[in-house]
Amino acid sequence: MVCEECRKRPAVIHITKIVNNRKTEAHLCQECAQSRGELTFVSPTAFTFQNFLAGMLQHSQATPTGPSVETPTAYCPNCGFSYNQFKESGQLGCSVCYEHFQGQIKPLLKRIQGSVAHTGKIPSQHGVAIECRRQIEMLREQQRTAISQEKYEDAAKLRDKIRALEKELQETKERDGR
Amino acid sequence: MGLKEAANKILCRWMKGTGPNDNIVVGSRIRLARNIAKVPFPATASEGQLAHVGDLVRMATVANGQSNMDYLAIAEMPRLERELLVEKHLISPQQTRDVKHKAVVLGRDELVSIMVNEEDHLRIQSICPGFQLESAWEQCNQVDDTLGDSLEYAFSPELGYLTACPTNVGTGLRASVMLHLPVLTMTQQMQRAIPAINKLGLAVRGLYGEGTEAVGNVYQISNQLTLGHSEQEIIQHLATVARQIIDQEESGRKQLLEVGKAQLEDRTYRSLGVLSQARVISSQEAMQLLSEVWLGVDLGLIKELDPKTLKSLVVLIRPAHLQKIIGKEMDTGERDGFRGDLVREYIRMGAKEKDSELKEGES
Ligand SMILES: [Zn+2]
Ligand SMILES: [Zn+2]
Repeated sequence: MVCEECRKRPAVIHITKIVNNRKTEAHLCQECAQSRGELTFVSPTAFTFQNFLAGMLQHSQATPTGPSVETPTAYCPNCGFSYNQFKESGQLGCSVCYEHFQGQIKPLLKRIQGSVAHTGKIPSQHGVAIECRRQIEMLREQQRTAISQEKYEDAAKLRDKIRALEKELQETKERDGR
Repeated sequence: MGLKEAANKILCRWMKGTGPNDNIVVGSRIRLARNIAKVPFPATASEGQLAHVGDLVRMATVANGQSNMDYLAIAEMPRLERELLVEKHLISPQQTRDVKHKAVVLGRDELVSIMVNEEDHLRIQSICPGFQLESAWEQCNQVDDTLGDSLEYAFSPELGYLTACPTNVGTGLRASVMLHLPVLTMTQQMQRAIPAINKLGLAVRGLYGEGTEAVGNVYQISNQLTLGHSEQEIIQHLATVARQIIDQEESGRKQLLEVGKAQLEDRTYRSLGVLSQARVISSQEAMQLLSEVWLGVDLGLIKELDPKTLKSLVVLIRPAHLQKIIGKEMDTGERDGFRGDLVREYIRMGAKEKDSELKEGES
């Protein structure tokens, strides 16, 4: 089948359109389909977060709360990466960079991820302590609610649970030397 | 050994397998980004540090009794083998460039793979045929647990798993489904759906990841956000959206069958005609035609072939697979010729098998 537009190249793109239950077909070569705007492929320069990030960083002014680029704190003490390098590549140097540049990274994460609080999986090596802290946090919240609703008996039970968890957390810390 | 047997030996397991909704969902994939605490990320690390990461991962996997996995240095792999792994979706195209200190730890079942020193120190991935995000997650999570016992991951209680790019921080999770959507594409509904899907925090890409075209009407849909939601929530969200797209495609197929069965039958058979006769065919044309024939088979319009014949061909016609089957490197022109031969032979054999199955059923 030849392309119905140029009648030269083979038709490789076949388009069916259904408008008000009426079906029309078009058989086009790549070039003609492109020029007629009929290509339904995802554009190769599809908008994605990754390539968007570097652009966004380059256009945003440095957050005033963060260290300015001239000061020595502008370099990560672990890997020597600078915030400027991050602005250029959209990538950080090492895990310590997150802590070191947190003044700039956190507002950015808030903007791109909509959150700065991890609620997912915890690696087994960090596991017990973090899980404990999360539970304590949750129970404290419940305790506050119980008190505000004057359910003092419930609140007392929750307090005991929190104490038990705090003791467990202390023991874990001592055992792991953390 | 015939062409078909040679081809089947190369096909990887998840592509041969079956799963729920596999008339539309080609596969479900889970990927976790992980890094070693304090060691600079691969782009910043020194050669020594990269080699050290390789050693740590080797010790945590193959040397740690995970005997069903192999540690393969990319630099020691022939170019063709690397590209074969990309076509099987077991490594990313980036993993085949600047290969020094890059590696892949490959499960012998080719369902699990760990990329070493890609953008992050580790990229653990698991892939399942059909719509099975949960199973893929369970597999990946298990490998991650085992590795986490011996590796000290870069992790912050507040921000979660720390990654080279802040767009992966938190869970480090990228969940994706590969969907074959010929009807939503030909009726131009996909074009309109993409911005809506993006608004739901999901990315739409072509078959081979970022920046690739949706060749052969196959799209990859994955989560963009990685922080603030649990792995389960992220997977559930993707599954819900994917379910709606699958339903749309299903009902679109039924509608198209009602309004234009004769035309659809004609069109899918014309595609089959070209595929069973063409002597020289490009990868892109073959993908497009295979997509239509697969649609015809799924709708029961083309009865002489099984879906598995089409699904296998979609992979086998890729350049590295073709060259692996024939056992030598070929230029584009040679490949297009051999592709024609393979497709004709494969379709002929597929039809013959189906025919004898039908006859057996009758007697
Ligand atoms: Zn044309
Ligand atoms: Zn750093």
